[in-house]
Amino acid sequence: MLKMQHVSKIYRTDLVETHALRDFGVHVREGEFIAVTGPSGSGKTTFLNIAGLLETFDGGSYLLDGEDVGRLNDRRRSRVRNEKIGFIFQGFNLIPDLNVFDNVDVPLRYRGFDAAERRRRIESTLDLVGLGSRSKHIPAQLSGGQQQRVAIARALAGSPRILLADEPTGNLDSLMARQILELIEDINARGTTIVMVTHDPELARRAARSIHIIDGKVSDLEPFDPPAVAIEARASA
Amino acid sequence: MFRYYLRLALLSLKRNPILSTLMVAAIGIGIGVCMTALTVYYLMSADPIPAKSSQLFAVQLDSWDPNQPVSEARPEQAPWQLTYRDAMALRESDIATHETAMYYSARIVVSENEAVPPFLAWVRLADADFFSMFGVPFLYGGPWSSEVDETARPVVVLSKRTNEQVFGGANSVGSDLQLDDQIYRVVGVLEEWNPIPKIYDVNNGPFNDTEDIFLPFSLAELASDRRSEGNTSCWKDEDITSYTGFLNSECVWIQYWAELDSPAQVREYQAFLDNYVREQQRLGRFERPLNNRLTSARDWLDVREVVRDDNRVLVSLAFMFLAVCVLNTVGLLLAKFAGKAPQISLRRALGASRGTTFAQYLVEIGLVGIAGGLLGLGLAFLGLAGVRSFEGEYSKLAHLDPVLVGAAILIALLSSLAAGLYPTWRACRIPPAAHLKTQ
Repeated sequence: MLKMQHVSKIYRTDLVETHALRDFGVHVREGEFIAVTGPSGSGKTTFLNIAGLLETFDGGSYLLDGEDVGRLNDRRRSRVRNEKIGFIFQGFNLIPDLNVFDNVDVPLRYRGFDAAERRRRIESTLDLVGLGSRSKHIPAQLSGGQQQRVAIARALAGSPRILLADEPTGNLDSLMARQILELIEDINARGTTIVMVTHDPELARRAARSIHIIDGKVSDLEPFDPPAVAIEARASA
Repeated sequence: MFRYYLRLALLSLKRNPILSTLMVAAIGIGIGVCMTALTVYYLMSADPIPAKSSQLFAVQLDSWDPNQPVSEARPEQAPWQLTYRDAMALRESDIATHETAMYYSARIVVSENEAVPPFLAWVRLADADFFSMFGVPFLYGGPWSSEVDETARPVVVLSKRTNEQVFGGANSVGSDLQLDDQIYRVVGVLEEWNPIPKIYDVNNGPFNDTEDIFLPFSLAELASDRRSEGNTSCWKDEDITSYTGFLNSECVWIQYWAELDSPAQVREYQAFLDNYVREQQRLGRFERPLNNRLTSARDWLDVREVVRDDNRVLVSLAFMFLAVCVLNTVGLLLAKFAGKAPQISLRRALGASRGTTFAQYLVEIGLVGIAGGLLGLGLAFLGLAGVRSFEGEYSKLAHLDPVLVGAAILIALLSSLAAGLYPTWRACRIPPAAHLKTQ
């Protein structure tokens, strides 16, 4: 599903070069739920941004769903992002002017679905996250947990192949965090691949497997239980 | 997607009402100033008879002083008007499809209705062809017959306003009207007609109203007590002691127009003019080099510099002011889009390409432009009302027509898009990941 090999990413300024990822490799199979952990600045978010085609990388290769996505132009990258990837952010990232329905509608508009199909998908995903009755609310009228549910509905509405979550419970209290995590697990159980960045070891343990990143390299692998080895992460020698 | 973008644009404008108002105001003020100047310029330079302006030709003969040109500033030019006797000679030709000599004069109108006090009316004496050549519309009756051009008869065509003033707007064809101490028979009443500029006689105020009354040119010979009220230019030291002496003088005061439908006809008429002048040279007149001109109505406005340089400068300044307003809008848009960066990042992450983002924000900017255009039209109406209040020669020109309204919206739209190109391009360059973590 997601396969990176020897990926490197360097941020350059006039004075400094920062190696965010070095010889980074990971293989995520379809339907897996993996957690990505590591200290601040280790490269977790950079990995997630590259995985989500939000950033380019400097070296290595990246296959997403069998397609080499490293050299796509902006239009094609946007299309792949829209069709195959769903994002959940720590800060929810809802558009404050739009109500719940219209927030979930955003990626579907870019997908080009007709109005009836969009409505069907929006209502179905809002029902899935338990917010079917809140479609006319604006984000400010919702709790943090509800806003994150809207963000999850937005990520799921386009039926993505993979869901990338960056600290999805970081802004929530423990009760809401647990509910959100249960929702994510439920989504994974329905077949969607999930890659979740988290600082929280407790949350990481809820994932089927986890990788630990330090200084842009995978420093530790926690093997999965059978049936399959799903991650091939290569720390540089 | 356009409707979606439009809805997003409205939401965005509502979200930042002060910034939105400033942008609309910047475009609106620029458009208001620009359209006020442009309206006057546009109407000044308009072609009042587009259907025939390439077939109507102003006739010039260089009968001026052999020692100096008629204009030191434009020595290539011949006098704008003709002498009476040259005009009479040209009238004998049958080359042109239509032709007319004409001049500007005045009469006192004495109505039989005692409720209408006598008043001074401006008069144009012209040949019957004048009406068909310049597309003059008639409400009642029509022009006098061509025989009247040969044998003077006291007939008159009234403008609509004169007919309303004297006859209360009724069909006055066949009625008598006293002009000075002579009785004339009304043969026609014009529809409303006010070409801008008054192309057939730019010598006597290109933006003046059309005349109140039209009389046959053939009456000129008899009008000893009512000479031209228009510009009359004389160069020769002549002892003019009588009206006949004036008619035979080298003074120029007659405008002359010929309708020539084909290039061959133009060449033939030009040859006729040159032959006529050569003949006159043999008689001791026309001592300057041959310089007879036929200028189409389309070119006549340029040759006569109806649109003056100061008008052009004014329009240039107005557009420069609009450019300043556009630059201000660029700054405001940069500020606005800087605030939108997180949302742009988010939309990019959710699947919007750079092109899609560009289109979305261009729609928003276009909306600002249209709103600015509407505000600008309102300001232009006020500006033009101010111009009208001066009651000078521009007062007639201070009116917006549908073309100008459309132009205002178009200029506003283009201005706003020009203002928005750079900020939108910058917004589209925002990397998708740039602001997602910080929202």
